[in-house]
Amino acid sequence: MNKGFQLFPDQASTMAGQVDALYFFLIAVSVFFSVLIFFLIYLFAVRYRRRSEEEVPKEIPGLLKLELVWSIIPLLLTMVAFAWGASLYFDGYNPPDNALEIYVVGKQWMWHIQHPTGQREINELHVPMGQPIKLTMTTEDVIHSFYIPAFRMKKDVVPGRYTTMWFEATKPGQYHLFCAEYCGTKHSEMIGKVVVQEPADYQNWLSGGTANESLEVIGEKKFQQFACHTCHVDKPNARGPSLVGVYGKGVRLRDGRSVIVDEAYIRESILDPNAKIAAGYKPVMPTFKGQVSEVGILQITAYIKSLAQDGSN
Amino acid sequence: MGTAVFNPREDQLAEHTNGSTKNYLNAGFSAKSWLLTIDHKRIAILYLLSITFFFFIGGIFAVLIRLELLTPQGDLMQAETYNKMFTMHGMVMIFFFLIPSIPAVLGNFLIPLMIGAKDLAFPRLNLLSWYIYFIGGLFTLAAIVFGGVDTGWTFYTPHSSTYSNTNVILAAVGVFVSGFSSILTGLNFLVTIHKMRAPGLTWFRLPLFVWAHYATSIIQVLGTPVVAITIVLVGLERLFHIGIFDPKLGGDPLLFQHLFWFYSHPAVYIMILPAMGVISEIVTCFAKKKIFGYSFIAFSSIAIAVLGFLVWGHHMFTSGQSNYASLVFSFLSFLVAIPSAIKVFNWTATLYKGSVSYQAPMLYAIGFIGLFTIGGLTGIFLGTLAVDVHVHDTYFVVAHFHYIMVGGAIMAYLGGMHFWWPKITGRLYPEGWARFSSLVIFVGFHLTFFPQFIVGYLGMPRRYHVYPDEFQILNVLSTAGATILGIGYLIPLIYFLWSLRYGKKSSTNPWNAKGLEWEQAASPPIKQNFEVTPVVLEDAYEYEPKVWLK
Repeated sequence: MNKGFQLFPDQASTMAGQVDALYFFLIAVSVFFSVLIFFLIYLFAVRYRRRSEEEVPKEIPGLLKLELVWSIIPLLLTMVAFAWGASLYFDGYNPPDNALEIYVVGKQWMWHIQHPTGQREINELHVPMGQPIKLTMTTEDVIHSFYIPAFRMKKDVVPGRYTTMWFEATKPGQYHLFCAEYCGTKHSEMIGKVVVQEPADYQNWLSGGTANESLEVIGEKKFQQFACHTCHVDKPNARGPSLVGVYGKGVRLRDGRSVIVDEAYIRESILDPNAKIAAGYKPVMPTFKGQVSEVGILQITAYIKSLAQDGSN
Repeated sequence: MGTAVFNPREDQLAEHTNGSTKNYLNAGFSAKSWLLTIDHKRIAILYLLSITFFFFIGGIFAVLIRLELLTPQGDLMQAETYNKMFTMHGMVMIFFFLIPSIPAVLGNFLIPLMIGAKDLAFPRLNLLSWYIYFIGGLFTLAAIVFGGVDTGWTFYTPHSSTYSNTNVILAAVGVFVSGFSSILTGLNFLVTIHKMRAPGLTWFRLPLFVWAHYATSIIQVLGTPVVAITIVLVGLERLFHIGIFDPKLGGDPLLFQHLFWFYSHPAVYIMILPAMGVISEIVTCFAKKKIFGYSFIAFSSIAIAVLGFLVWGHHMFTSGQSNYASLVFSFLSFLVAIPSAIKVFNWTATLYKGSVSYQAPMLYAIGFIGLFTIGGLTGIFLGTLAVDVHVHDTYFVVAHFHYIMVGGAIMAYLGGMHFWWPKITGRLYPEGWARFSSLVIFVGFHLTFFPQFIVGYLGMPRRYHVYPDEFQILNVLSTAGATILGIGYLIPLIYFLWSLRYGKKSSTNPWNAKGLEWEQAASPPIKQNFEVTPVVLEDAYEYEPKVWLK
């Protein structure tokens, strides 16, 4: 960050070097074809310049073979780019299972970030080096886009749904964080920094940070505050299904379909409870739309997730 | 299309050019004779005046944008103002300059002349198209005058439908209305090309300019209604809070992007296909040799038009759409690159063993090939999924599409204007100045946009009013280039106007070009285009006389 003039961005994630390798391949292909075309035009332009107005060049009939050659060779090269780019794209957008999950909520014009241990940051993201980080993101208003050039990674942050991205930082330092999707007046000020730390420094930062309580503890309080626990209790004949151990599992719905309990389903059930009701229950839950923020939903989700892990209530 | 042997009319034509014979320009001088004209040539002139006006309006916004970006801080204008500048730059340049530029001016003027017709199939509809365009333009100007609009030309929801406090509706109505002008012009061209070709002018004798416009018209007719409907939906959500795109109202913001790009990606081909048509005409004329691979160039236009409808999702690789959707859109995007490559190779091959001369139109055409090649190849970068994730919404994209739209479409438009200027006005432009301006534009263009590839890969997002200090040097280069480019565009404006009065009178066919508009119509053409309907006896671009004609 705030370096002098550069021609090429820092490489600070496992993805960066791989994207750059592909980028150089494309540059090589482009330079080859540009030089070929420019050279041929220059050559023909000089060699076959008009010497007299009377000269009549011979017509050269089309050549199917030549047309095929200059269609098929570029086609093959683009297929290499396609396969290479697609394979990296799937790697880049499919997080590994051991990724540390951090939550991002965009808002005109700031980034709100929550760590699982409860630390919150605005326009800054601290991450440990060498650890895959998965970001689960949404926004309170318009579309934003979370972009870290040094990681060659970007994903739009879309209202009404969660999008995810992941990365593994490889070099300690501070890197630009930009909003890449135009989001209104102060779009260009919706920026910040990603601070990559050695794991030990990161632990220090966590312990000295702003958090008193972990995300799931805050979530549990919200769970009580909104009186979720009055119905969602682990008892027979409760009005709502128990949430113990449900996260990540399949649930049968009243209409016979089934659904996996994930962040998106929990979010939907809080905001639009009647959309997908679990089998055996009635559509009695009110909506919490307008009462709970995106940040709050993420905290409650973290709490529900924790119920899946330790099995206690 | 030599019909000289059977229809020797050179003498007659010369008489028209030199004498005070009636032509379409002196057929009437009243305002009414222009504003109510149904002559395709006069309507082309009306378009020429209006798009030139909008080009300079859009250009002023560009100048202000580049001036603001000279420094990393926002010291020339407020963020709000800056956002309006790039919005209106894009809106004006795309909807009111680029889309109508070549089709509505050169296409309008030339298609009937090239196919040996008296006019387009529906002359009144043609006039109506211009009025619709004009009304759309007025709405857009009103949106600008009453405080501007800040959504970006892409109108992304829910910002445009819910959050923006600017003149979204007024601007949207402008774009909506002008779209009908585009649809009707496309319809007019399609019917004209199908039904009004001169006797003997079979499909595979058509000039490639006509093929390119045929392909363009298909896109205009099929694609434009989709963006019109989308804009109406944004309006409904904004005015009546009907939930379509805003999730708070139960809508889906990505739906907007799908609908918008379903038109707006093909719209890129509305801008570039006619440009390719112009280049095909110029290259073959100044190489004095039949174009290489006629049918490949013709069909590649159609292939681009068809495939162009299947690639819109490549604007959404980072949007959160399914990874598998991205996979398919990436694949199809690579396919659409091939017909463009075919054209570039065929143009280059046309020069081989030709008799190449370098008047200004050819310099513009060669400039086009160079810039379009770079623009096209950088498109490959953007179609490559993992690379696009990094450069999407950065200056890399800005540079890429300006290489296509400005480097490609505007170079071709200017090349075409120089090429057909003698036919349109009956006057020659000053050759030296024209060559000079083509060079100024070429240099200014590269200096403006090449640094943007670098700053884009470094990560500078587009639509940024303020930016980190380390990007400044590249932005200064870009602004310097834009200054040169601006001067490069002013020079032709001046000498074109000058030539109307002081330019040398042009003969019927100053370039010794093939084609009905050169061989059979006076410069400028008479009101009915041809004294008698031409009969076509040979293929396009037969620069080498066939033995039986000798």
